[in-house]
Amino acid sequence: MTDIAPSTGPASASEHSAAGHSAAEHSAAGHREVERIPYDVVVIGAGGSGLRAAIEARLAGKRTAIISKSLFGKAHTVMAEGGCAAAMGNVNSNDNWMVHFRDTMRGGKFLNNPRMAELHAKEAPDRVYELEAWGALFDRTKDGKISQRNFGGHEYPRLAHVGDRTGLEMIRTLQQKVVALQQEDAVSHGDPEAMIKVYAETTITRLIKDGEGRIAGAFGYIRETGQFVVFEAPAVILATGGIGKTFKVSSNSWEYTGDGHALALLAGAKLLNMEFVQFHPTHMVWPMSVRGLLVTESVRGDGGVLRNSEGKRYMFNYVPDVFRAQYAETEEEADRWYSDPDHNRRPPELLPRDEVARANNAEVKAGRGSPHGGVFLDIASRLPAEEILRRLPSMHHQFKELADVDITKEPMEVGPAQHYVMGGVEVDPDTGESCVPGLFAAGEVSGGMHGSNRLGGNSLSDLLVFGRRAGLGAAEYVGRLGAKLPVADEGEIEAARTEALAPLQRPDGENPYAVHSDVQETMSNLVGIIRTETEIKKALADLETLGVRASAVAAAGGSAYNPGWHLTLDLRNIMLMAKCVAAAALERQESRGGHTRDDYPGMRPEWRKVNLVCTLDGDEIRISRQPVPPMRDDLIALFDRAELKKYLTDEEMAALPAEAPASVAAASEEAH
Amino acid sequence: MSYKAALRVWRGDHGRGDLADYAVEVNEGEVVLDVLHRLQATQAGDLAIRWNCKAGKCGSCSMEINGRPRLACMTRMSTFTEDEVLTITPLRTFPVIRDLVTDVSFNYAKARQIPSFTPDPSVGLGEFRMQQADVERSQEFRKCIECYLCQNTCHVIRDHAENENAFAGPRFLMRVAELEMHPADTADRRDIAQDDFGLGFCNITKCCTEVCPEHIKITDNALIPLKERVAGRRYDPLVWLGSKIARRPRSTGTPKVPDNRH
Amino acid sequence: MTQVSDAPAKTRAQISQKTLRTDRWWEQPAIVATLLTIWVTYATVHVFIGKWYWVPQYHYLTPFYSPCVSGECVPGAASLGTWFGHLPPIIPYAVVSLPFVLGFRLSCYYYRRAYYRAFWRAPAACAVREPHQKYTGETRFPLIMQNLHRYFFYMVILISILNTYDVIQAFHGKTGGIGFGLGTLIMLVNVVLLWCYSLSCHSCRHITGGRLKHFSKHPVRYWIWNRISWLNARHMQLAWTTLGTLMLTDLYIWLVAAHVFSDFRFYN
Repeated sequence: MTDIAPSTGPASASEHSAAGHSAAEHSAAGHREVERIPYDVVVIGAGGSGLRAAIEARLAGKRTAIISKSLFGKAHTVMAEGGCAAAMGNVNSNDNWMVHFRDTMRGGKFLNNPRMAELHAKEAPDRVYELEAWGALFDRTKDGKISQRNFGGHEYPRLAHVGDRTGLEMIRTLQQKVVALQQEDAVSHGDPEAMIKVYAETTITRLIKDGEGRIAGAFGYIRETGQFVVFEAPAVILATGGIGKTFKVSSNSWEYTGDGHALALLAGAKLLNMEFVQFHPTHMVWPMSVRGLLVTESVRGDGGVLRNSEGKRYMFNYVPDVFRAQYAETEEEADRWYSDPDHNRRPPELLPRDEVARANNAEVKAGRGSPHGGVFLDIASRLPAEEILRRLPSMHHQFKELADVDITKEPMEVGPAQHYVMGGVEVDPDTGESCVPGLFAAGEVSGGMHGSNRLGGNSLSDLLVFGRRAGLGAAEYVGRLGAKLPVADEGEIEAARTEALAPLQRPDGENPYAVHSDVQETMSNLVGIIRTETEIKKALADLETLGVRASAVAAAGGSAYNPGWHLTLDLRNIMLMAKCVAAAALERQESRGGHTRDDYPGMRPEWRKVNLVCTLDGDEIRISRQPVPPMRDDLIALFDRAELKKYLTDEEMAALPAEAPASVAAASEEAH
Repeated sequence: MSYKAALRVWRGDHGRGDLADYAVEVNEGEVVLDVLHRLQATQAGDLAIRWNCKAGKCGSCSMEINGRPRLACMTRMSTFTEDEVLTITPLRTFPVIRDLVTDVSFNYAKARQIPSFTPDPSVGLGEFRMQQADVERSQEFRKCIECYLCQNTCHVIRDHAENENAFAGPRFLMRVAELEMHPADTADRRDIAQDDFGLGFCNITKCCTEVCPEHIKITDNALIPLKERVAGRRYDPLVWLGSKIARRPRSTGTPKVPDNRH
Repeated sequence: MTQVSDAPAKTRAQISQKTLRTDRWWEQPAIVATLLTIWVTYATVHVFIGKWYWVPQYHYLTPFYSPCVSGECVPGAASLGTWFGHLPPIIPYAVVSLPFVLGFRLSCYYYRRAYYRAFWRAPAACAVREPHQKYTGETRFPLIMQNLHRYFFYMVILISILNTYDVIQAFHGKTGGIGFGLGTLIMLVNVVLLWCYSLSCHSCRHITGGRLKHFSKHPVRYWIWNRISWLNARHMQLAWTTLGTLMLTDLYIWLVAAHVFSDFRFYN
């Protein structure tokens, strides 16, 4: 191809400074050709769900491209620490998919798509075993099986883990499986990249459709050169993760700019329940530069407790009514649970994340916080030093290196930060397909699975279960199309190119870093962990102004590996996500899971029936209501009526099938 | 509390470039990556930096700070004095893309040459039984975040680019060791470790271990045990004599994966 | 099939300085080079002197002359008897052990690191450019011989047994029977540390357990491997300490044998 990367002489550093790039380069970028690369399936995102989807599509015989915004193997999945929830029953044989399903629904406050929660609970064990067969080395039980650990909201020890670096193990295993498949292709096709290829440091900015509104490809740029590319494919799987960079204090990495959410929205898909944003209760609060760095829930799963500045273990005061029956009321009972879980109730530190995050927040607001505005997480007084080092090596390392705190000797200072978004693209549970033909989604970018709040450990299993399903779904969709392949609309490609080049050609727009920082400030302050109508309205007004600023940002320099330019393009997505979250948060007048309204405290059963759907109408965000998919009778029968009563409306209770004792229904089910 | 640090940052592409001087504000508790981000946000919007998690878990922000290969996100500013000039350059062993970003594709190519995990095909899903004692050695190597600081530091390729074909580097020799010690693996990579991945080039000067941000004992726990395994197979006079007497052709182990990329 | 055009050929960042390190990186190799030079010079001198290696009244034999097998050995010192007649002075008396001891230390994974860095400067310190045009490491003769380390290890175990025997002999009083002095104590400490150094060797760690794929099937060897691994983590410290104790033992016996001072006796 002609006219590739511009090569300005980098003779001196001054040429690279803000205004230094030559006009020649701008025009070079302006005339750049767009390369076309045909594939059967294009997976956007190379984290857990993206890789799992790609592996499945390749196993189904489809030529598959993996588009990775960073290098291969660096995805945000590596940050997952605690583990991967799967009811294998290796540690407690009472565990099975039904218990896992119940825990997931409770954690999500019954707003989950029940079919997704069911598939997830049923298939997670096999997905974990698959990883093992691909070389993953999980920690083991005495009898040589995969060990499982306790986690918030999970009734039994359920998380397959490797110390506190489970996400890294998962991403590496999937990465190595992709490599193994490429090695097979090197033998059978003479080219390792014949059937599955990773496009590292490549960003998609637009999905391209054909005249009939079907997916026909994806438009993007390669970071290194700035080269524009269209991946021509009838099926695109979004696996881009979350929207963390919409918020100021977030545990998410820079890539989490809501790309997949925004691409779907722009392509006409529906986003579900964007108001549900998970604020994980424990992140580092000090030093400032690491504020928001995750402190794994395993610290609490392994015995760590939360204390306020008075040294009081305050979580006992924050057990909500719906969970009263399952959680200990005294410190003695809670402490007994670690060694005898069958006869004692769980410590309240292991409540679902939303509850703990709110409690931490409340303690700080009440003036009982730690010196740097957090609370104390104490493991030092609970476990011997060598045990802490064995179970939580990364945490020890992280605090030692970054805060000079030795967690085997002193408590950690922690506080809540944005961690995950439950909302996402509405998809068919079985195939991962959205309402746009050919567009699939899996993992954090998809919605419904986790309801209003995700349980820790359910994310890694979600990635595997629905990554595989989306890969299969896409492969089947492509198979069904046969020769009737969609053809990318040239107008859309040209529009995407113009849009991407605009910030480089704007002579004196605003600095994108400043706008981004203001959006984050607005969202964290006004649509954060606790929300009110007045604040959300203020946020929406501010976002209007910010939107105008965002559309006028400019990037200095050329298009080759220019972070300033990349941010200008990401800003569009960040703005869309901020608006979706704020608009949905304003609409939902109750508090549930990851959405807490100070002006509407408490859950409202009538709102449990409602999913809020975010769509794009021209340039405007629209929020509409749509019913939550009903639970099948056999799934309802897994709960007892007393519990259902806390969530369902009276009419719903009345419509329930006549008394079906949970135990009987459960016993009749297969345990696997 | 805050002060202006003097930074000299390598800027350029296609190998050519220079150190550019900047003065950037530094606040308490910050790491080098924070300061580079501030530089990017306020003075050099197009400064190319590769980073992701900013928590020492992804291994993206590898660079050389005052000549030492480091992760920028794990290098605290408090380890330098306020009047110290910080010289920040890209990794020297890999071709530079722009500024502090290098092309690390060498590593991905090497990864693809190593025969993958090869379990006994008769073991069904969920039927693996492995003891903790048996997985611990390989688990240590699987802590690797692929920051490639070891690859960058190793003088075998850093100072001798001509060895790039013959030497896989510490990270991938460690990967071979990891698979060799994997309790469920059945392949034998000892011969290719020596012949194709250049284990013999390693002179165990331990720089890989010195720079490893995960504190993996690469040399003592992976490279030397691998050398010992190779020695047992290849340089054992008794084994050699035995095979001569029995006239048994020596098996050659699992072959390297062809890298027939065009 | 269309491929994305490759990016233009790239080169490494061209930075002329051999290192940008600002710390005292040259210090460590300089210290190592100095100490090793002093030690080797000292040992060479005493090994070839052919005197002052044996204290007859206490049966002190320096490890540098054990086993004394040359025809020139004084009678009491030749614990294994003399194997040769008179040897030319270029051959040390302990000709059957010194090559193995030397080989063991030369091919030791720690010393290799030390002398490659300190003398060969490949590399002198991490991220400091080495001065050589070409580098083949241990892929060819002679350095490929480093792979024979474990056979030196086997020999050194035999020699360590002999050294232990020498220490037992050194519990000898001047009036006959049992006795011990400062010399005995020094020899004892030396031999204990020599055992620790030899057993902490990477080859030993491999042979005893490291070569196993399934520790769980060999609990005893796993236990041994864990102990050896603990020692192995201190291999460098032991390598230096034993250089020190070897030199101290030899020097002490030298000076006592040369009547510079007499042994400090605790008993008989």
